[in-house]
Amino acid sequence: MPSPILEVRDLCVDYVTNSGDVRAVDHVDLTVEAGEFLAIVGESGCGKSTLLFAIAQLLSPPAEISGGSVIFKGNDMVQLSPSELRHMRWRDYSVVMQSAMNALNPMKSIEAQFKDAMAAHGNMSAEAMRNRSAEVLKLVGVDAVHLRSYPHQLSGGMRQRAMIAMALLFTPDLVIMDEPTSALDVVAQRSLMIQIKELQDRLGFAVIFVTHDMSLVSHYSARLAVMYGGQIAEAARTASLFEKPLHPYSVGLLDAFPSIHGPRRVLTGIPGSPPDLARPPAGCRFQPRCPQAMPECAVRQPGLYSVGDSMVRCLLYEAAQPGRPE
Amino acid sequence: MRFVVRRMGLFFLTLWAALTINFLIPRLMPGNEATAMLSHFKGINPSALHALEVEFGVNNDQNLLVSYVQYLGNCLTGQFGLDSARVPVMTVILRGLPWTLGLVGVTTVIAFSIGTLLGIVSAWRRGGALDSLLSPLLFILTTFPVFFIALLLLFIFGVVLGWFPLSSNYSVGETPSLSVAFVLDVIGHAILPGVTLVVTAAGGWIYTMRNNMVSTLSEDYVRMARAKGLSPWRIMLDYSARNAILPNLTGFAMQLGFILGGSILVEYTFSYPGLGYLFFTGTTNHDLPLQEALFLFYTLAVLLCVLVADFATAWLDPRTRDA
Repeated sequence: MPSPILEVRDLCVDYVTNSGDVRAVDHVDLTVEAGEFLAIVGESGCGKSTLLFAIAQLLSPPAEISGGSVIFKGNDMVQLSPSELRHMRWRDYSVVMQSAMNALNPMKSIEAQFKDAMAAHGNMSAEAMRNRSAEVLKLVGVDAVHLRSYPHQLSGGMRQRAMIAMALLFTPDLVIMDEPTSALDVVAQRSLMIQIKELQDRLGFAVIFVTHDMSLVSHYSARLAVMYGGQIAEAARTASLFEKPLHPYSVGLLDAFPSIHGPRRVLTGIPGSPPDLARPPAGCRFQPRCPQAMPECAVRQPGLYSVGDSMVRCLLYEAAQPGRPE
Repeated sequence: MRFVVRRMGLFFLTLWAALTINFLIPRLMPGNEATAMLSHFKGINPSALHALEVEFGVNNDQNLLVSYVQYLGNCLTGQFGLDSARVPVMTVILRGLPWTLGLVGVTTVIAFSIGTLLGIVSAWRRGGALDSLLSPLLFILTTFPVFFIALLLLFIFGVVLGWFPLSSNYSVGETPSLSVAFVLDVIGHAILPGVTLVVTAAGGWIYTMRNNMVSTLSEDYVRMARAKGLSPWRIMLDYSARNAILPNLTGFAMQLGFILGGSILVEYTFSYPGLGYLFFTGTTNHDLPLQEALFLFYTLAVLLCVLVADFATAWLDPRTRDA
């Protein structure tokens, strides 16, 4: 049994606004084992990116962590001072962002940006830094001549690869990825996913991968967490979630994607729109859109119930858990 | 390299256009240097007028094209004729130039530096004391007319308190030299006009820099810099401020170009004998050759500074290099 390197407990993130706080991440629990690939899926505005930045301690006002802990390698990162955190950043965990076009500094060459990261953590010689830069760039299949390039001179796929290369400079234990493929076309997406998975197998880092595209991660992630309205709706092994989704929302998500190998069927979307987190619905957050809603759902908030290996936030499964009242 | 050639080409084209306009406008206007000078008098003796015209080198019979070629040649060799006191314009300008460069040049650089620095810190500590008190205060000062501030300072520190001299660039009776006493005297004379110029200009730079910086601070690459664990100084200066300052560079260069124009109001209020003061007296004296030459210098200075700014931007911003 591998030991967890990241444990998120009861994490809450609020956006502080003049008209009251908006809770974007609501009591989220997550565990990531060493070397594991965890995917977090959900539609826009479900709080998945906020959760990610909260884990990485990269929130900026008006968002702030209002409760809970993020235990990474034995430290509660929520409690660490900025300078203590700075020492862990990039060495122990790194971040890959959605759009490399915006996440790479347009004024600096790729090499200069790699160098900044390495120079911030320990004193490597200029030559060692150059060698390491070339090495990680080759790792993601980009020629080392592009070290001298500026971000705008690279193609979208190369930029994204360069950013992943930057994230691997110190071979951290955890790489946090926020939709790293969503700015790419499907062909480039696929090849980048294969690359990420291969690097992960080779180097052994854990990945938290946020995406809105469930089918994209289906082949790569070991576990899947489905987020809805700032909460975890269902967390399960990827295979079991695809085979037998428990939460009505997961069922809806899967029905919204075509299957290549399975029988032909009519695709259905989920009617309605995600909840307004400033005024979340009473009871279950998915209840206004839920095809299986019961009268009780509008009144009582479901807890997170375990069903076999999976966790699911739905009153349908409460019966399976008589010993665990909410 | 292609960029340099193209940019230089554009520079010379604009300069040529400016020279030509500067040549044509006075000649399209009725009268000339001599009639302008004698305009106050009635019943001019034609031979007196002619004598003046000869002295100023006005030749009404000359072909316009020939005059134009002559004019271009004179511009190249720095011969701009005589002013109303029959002193070569070039000599007059060279006399005023160091004072304007010293006063307006130094204060422009100081105002830009202070403004940029305060703008950076304001944005970095958004909502802090500096951002909510000092910066707005300085910005309000920029809306005051410059002569108002000048007169206010002159009244308080010159007249009432008597700490600083009321006018001119150095005390009567001093001989220009590099002695400590003389340098101190010059600085003493420059402080009030200098403070006026800095106080009225810095606020604008603070605001633009602060706003540019606030938008770069919300860029993904700044968040990325935080994620990489870079030191706050590095994030503030190397990742945010460096990218935020670019749009201000061109504005600063234009401002540097305007230095030569001096600050007419400030130089006039403090009777500071720089180019601005010169321009003012030249205008009131109907001193056409002097005005023409000054216009030419202003244009040249602005064009040169914008050229340098473009090269600086290209050097700092890789995206413009390939364009």
